[in-house]
Amino acid sequence: MYSARDWREYPRRYRLEAGKCKKCGKILFPARLICPKCGAREFETEMLPDTGKVLTFTVIRTAPSQFTDIAPYAIAIAELTNGVKLTAQLVDCDVNTVKVGMEVRIEFRRVQTDAYSGILSYGYKFVPKWY
Amino acid sequence: MGKVGIVGYGCHLPRHRIKVEEIAKVWGADAPSYKKGLMLREKSVPPPDCDTITLSVEATKNALRRAGGINTAEIGAIYIGSESHPYAVKPSGATVAEAIGATPDIHCADFEFACKAGSEAMFVCLGLVKAGEIKYGLAIGGDTSQGAPGDALEYSAAAGAAAFIMGSENLIAESIDTYSFMTDTPDFWRREYEFYPQHAGRYTGEPAYFKHTCGAAEGMMKKVGMKPADFTYAVFHQPNGKFPMRAGKMLGFTQEQMEPGWLSPTLGNTYSGASPIGLTSTLDIAKPGDTILMVSYGSGSGSDGFVWKVTDRIDEVRDKAVRTRKLLDENLIYIDYGTYAKFRHKIKKNA
Ligand SMILES: [Zn+2]
Repeated sequence: MYSARDWREYPRRYRLEAGKCKKCGKILFPARLICPKCGAREFETEMLPDTGKVLTFTVIRTAPSQFTDIAPYAIAIAELTNGVKLTAQLVDCDVNTVKVGMEVRIEFRRVQTDAYSGILSYGYKFVPKWY
Repeated sequence: MGKVGIVGYGCHLPRHRIKVEEIAKVWGADAPSYKKGLMLREKSVPPPDCDTITLSVEATKNALRRAGGINTAEIGAIYIGSESHPYAVKPSGATVAEAIGATPDIHCADFEFACKAGSEAMFVCLGLVKAGEIKYGLAIGGDTSQGAPGDALEYSAAAGAAAFIMGSENLIAESIDTYSFMTDTPDFWRREYEFYPQHAGRYTGEPAYFKHTCGAAEGMMKKVGMKPADFTYAVFHQPNGKFPMRAGKMLGFTQEQMEPGWLSPTLGNTYSGASPIGLTSTLDIAKPGDTILMVSYGSGSGSDGFVWKVTDRIDEVRDKAVRTRKLLDENLIYIDYGTYAKFRHKIKKNA
């Protein structure tokens, strides 16, 4: 991961900043320039909520090289409490216990490690919501 | 300037644990003697995607929940104390500040002083708020420390973070006073480019931990004119289960005064996070008017002392975020030594 590309994504990856259409209220994550629902071009920044429920998931058992330390892991699409659907790794749980409908929380995690000397990338992951 | 103190506090711990028996088994060591000698049963382990920065962000989110909707843009300083900053060169505080929306009007530095770096961050933030330089200061102590395989430190080196938002209004705990005690004492160190620290064995006890912890505690109590019986609770740096209990009893504190902040038997040593996390679990159960003595210790060596007085606001905020004991005791994931070795990059593999 190039550090400049990483840096451009900070607002959404660090702070879950979404774009809320000023005309129709649709929340877009990641933010866009034109609202796909009404065509408006003005948005305000809104933070996504940090909890939701798993809509669907898959389990990655043969992980790309940068994720072998955490394999096997689930990639889930969760519906957050405001209706926005978000895709992220689901960690801190046995992949055999992941279920559609399970409650998840968003945590700040290291999302990618560029070998031994490159940049560390941070962002969001899902973890089971247990409290 | 009027009162200064803690406006919000929070903790974060990884869910993974490894038991003393599991480590002892690998090295042919006698688990019961470690458990009894060091009063350690298990320790927290960070998974590969957790580090000092991620633990700090989550602890800070909990502190913000208790701070009652402060504007993060008004946080004028962020200091993270750790001996395991993920980068050798690149500040941890910058990433944490960015993650909570506190940039760019903010002063930032990463602190280091073995296990004392977290309390230094608290000390400096209190000073800046008191001087009127900043409205809020964010002080974090956190670590994902490593002990060399087979070394006594491997049984204790753990992970966790505590965050405190210091300010002058809406206090949860008022800072009554602070006191620091330091000498050059070569009990524990890590040279540049080395992966694991070295320590001076038994020398880490009397002339190092006990002298500085007790020196700071006595100096702090003298400065405010209080004695052990005047405090509701006391929290000491906890490199293992045994040292803080022994230091506290030497000073004249009872087990009951230390129990709420004594987490090391099942948490391990969270280094820069240790006494700050102990303070969070003590605040979790404290009542308005309670007084708390907190003393950190960092090898090299020094201790920072704090006297806190809990305010009425504690009852409103304690359950706005998860309690530390809940993170310590519930929903744990136990791992074996192989998983631990992988998680902590103790196995050499191709990049
Ligand atoms: Zn629209």
